[in-house]
Amino acid sequence: MADSSAAAATHHAPGHHGAAGDVTKRDLLQLIALAGAAIGGGAIAWPLIDSMNPSKDVLALSSVEVDLTPIIEGQGIVVSWQGKPIFVRHRTADEIKQAQQVKLSELLDPQAGLDKDRVKSGHDQWLVVVGICTHLGCIPLGNKPADPRGEYGGWFCPCHGSLYDTSGRVRHGPAPLNLALPPYAFESDTKIKVG
Amino acid sequence: MAGLHKSEFANPVINWIDTRLPIFTMMQKEYGVFPTPKNFNYLWNFGALAMVILMIMIITGIFLAMNYQPNTELAFNSVQHIMRDVNYGWLIRYTHQNGASMFFIVIYIHIFRGLYYGSYKTPRELLWMLGVVILILMMATAFMGYVLPWGQMSYWGATVITNLFSAFPVVGPKIVTLLWGGFSVDNPTLNRFFALHYLLPFVLVGVIFLHVAALHITGSNNPLGIDVKSPQDTLPFHPYYTVKDSVGICAFLAFFAAIIFFFPNMLGDPNNFIPANPLQTPADIVPEWYFLPYYAILRSVPNKLLGVCMMFGSLIVLFVLPWLDTSRIRSARFRPVYKWLIWVWVLAFVVLGVCGAHKPEGIWVILSRVATLYYFAHFLVILPVLGKLERPLPLPESISQPVLGRRGGGPLLGAAAAKPMEKA
Repeated sequence: MADSSAAAATHHAPGHHGAAGDVTKRDLLQLIALAGAAIGGGAIAWPLIDSMNPSKDVLALSSVEVDLTPIIEGQGIVVSWQGKPIFVRHRTADEIKQAQQVKLSELLDPQAGLDKDRVKSGHDQWLVVVGICTHLGCIPLGNKPADPRGEYGGWFCPCHGSLYDTSGRVRHGPAPLNLALPPYAFESDTKIKVG
Repeated sequence: MAGLHKSEFANPVINWIDTRLPIFTMMQKEYGVFPTPKNFNYLWNFGALAMVILMIMIITGIFLAMNYQPNTELAFNSVQHIMRDVNYGWLIRYTHQNGASMFFIVIYIHIFRGLYYGSYKTPRELLWMLGVVILILMMATAFMGYVLPWGQMSYWGATVITNLFSAFPVVGPKIVTLLWGGFSVDNPTLNRFFALHYLLPFVLVGVIFLHVAALHITGSNNPLGIDVKSPQDTLPFHPYYTVKDSVGICAFLAFFAAIIFFFPNMLGDPNNFIPANPLQTPADIVPEWYFLPYYAILRSVPNKLLGVCMMFGSLIVLFVLPWLDTSRIRSARFRPVYKWLIWVWVLAFVVLGVCGAHKPEGIWVILSRVATLYYFAHFLVILPVLGKLERPLPLPESISQPVLGRRGGGPLLGAAAAKPMEKA
């Protein structure tokens, strides 16, 4: 190595200008070559990494329509959206009232904590949330009237005992966050499209 | 602390690691300052190219396996899913599919290099034999990979190749049943082929490690085929051959990219766009191009067992090549007769390939028989005899001498540098 670098130094002496210090043309070429290789490597790596992202057929399954007519008051159903459980709950007048009276200061997670922010206006009786406990991903109980719903009347997570109220907000830990709200819209009064 | 390695690296982190596990010292020794004959031509690029392709194949293969289903019901459609739905799936699959062909192009040139310059001769016999093992492993891997898309050619290729083993008396049919895991090529066959297709490349990596380790013991052969006699005959591997290999890799990648992007199906068979049908054989059944010469040897013999033995024999004979060639001169440059006969052998190999692509009738049968005869005669008759009869040309005294003699001293080897060489 010592031999070759010495040879390189003498070989490049004519093209070497004193003002540039120790920087030679070879250093520049080396940097350009390395930069080119790095860019090339990145360009090759990206398609491989991107191939692990959801494929087109998975993305094509990104929305689901739900008919609300069979859901009686006080009952909830679970539908699958992107492989995740979505709770669609037909709330009773009592439950709605209960949910609306809670103050932000009482909540563990006040973000989007008002009941009016968690339902579509004019459709107060329909609560649509992602049915995944925000603690470690279990599915809470409480859709069937016979299920344990916990003291706040919403859902009870059997894994670690988190409690959610009738607006899907966490009221008792260890879960840190309210049940997530999926994007959805009413297509008619009795049909919603999730996703 | 006697066991610790005295590292010479200045960087404290590298030094700390190197002291405990001297991989940096090893890399510096084997790929940094490694003394390499200074007269390599571009044929010496192809080993490095093969390594690059193996890496490409393993990496693209892993990403394909993430989306492929090794099940007869799902395999064909999962490949279409990769082509249509998976992000850049078409690119990854076309790279892998054509990478197999690139691998064989490169490896055939690499083998030709070894044949032409006598790289298999002492002391590199074991290095050569490990190379033959690599070739056979590659063939097995490529064959099983071709079965995975589960098209018509996949299915019938698998049927024909596995049935080769039925030629052996007594145990033949039992071996075939064992290979299939049933009584025809079916789901168990596909499953195990997938498992083995995933495994064998890593076995290849192991054998290639031994191949390279053996190379670093004997040192590289060179176009003159004479031994390195002094340090003046060599150059440090880095930067001279890292750069020369990089030039070859860039040229190769450009060629490879052109095929992937503009002719991705040129080397494929249209029949493989039809899902496998166990009840109908395609009218024209041919293997992938890189198997055609062996396929032609198989068909040139009108006897099942003998044909199979000749086909396997065409590879097995390579193992004993170092002992069949009785000439002590390595490079064909100094063997006036062998220099031509090796090209006749290449011609025979190409003719066999062309014959393999045609239906075995008329002129193609005769041609393939003549070519098969030469293929074996070259190794079994010509090389043993030629070594005794041929008068080699005078060998140069050293690698440096002909370089200096022909060029009269280039810019890198000025008069000042030439003098100590003459002393040495």
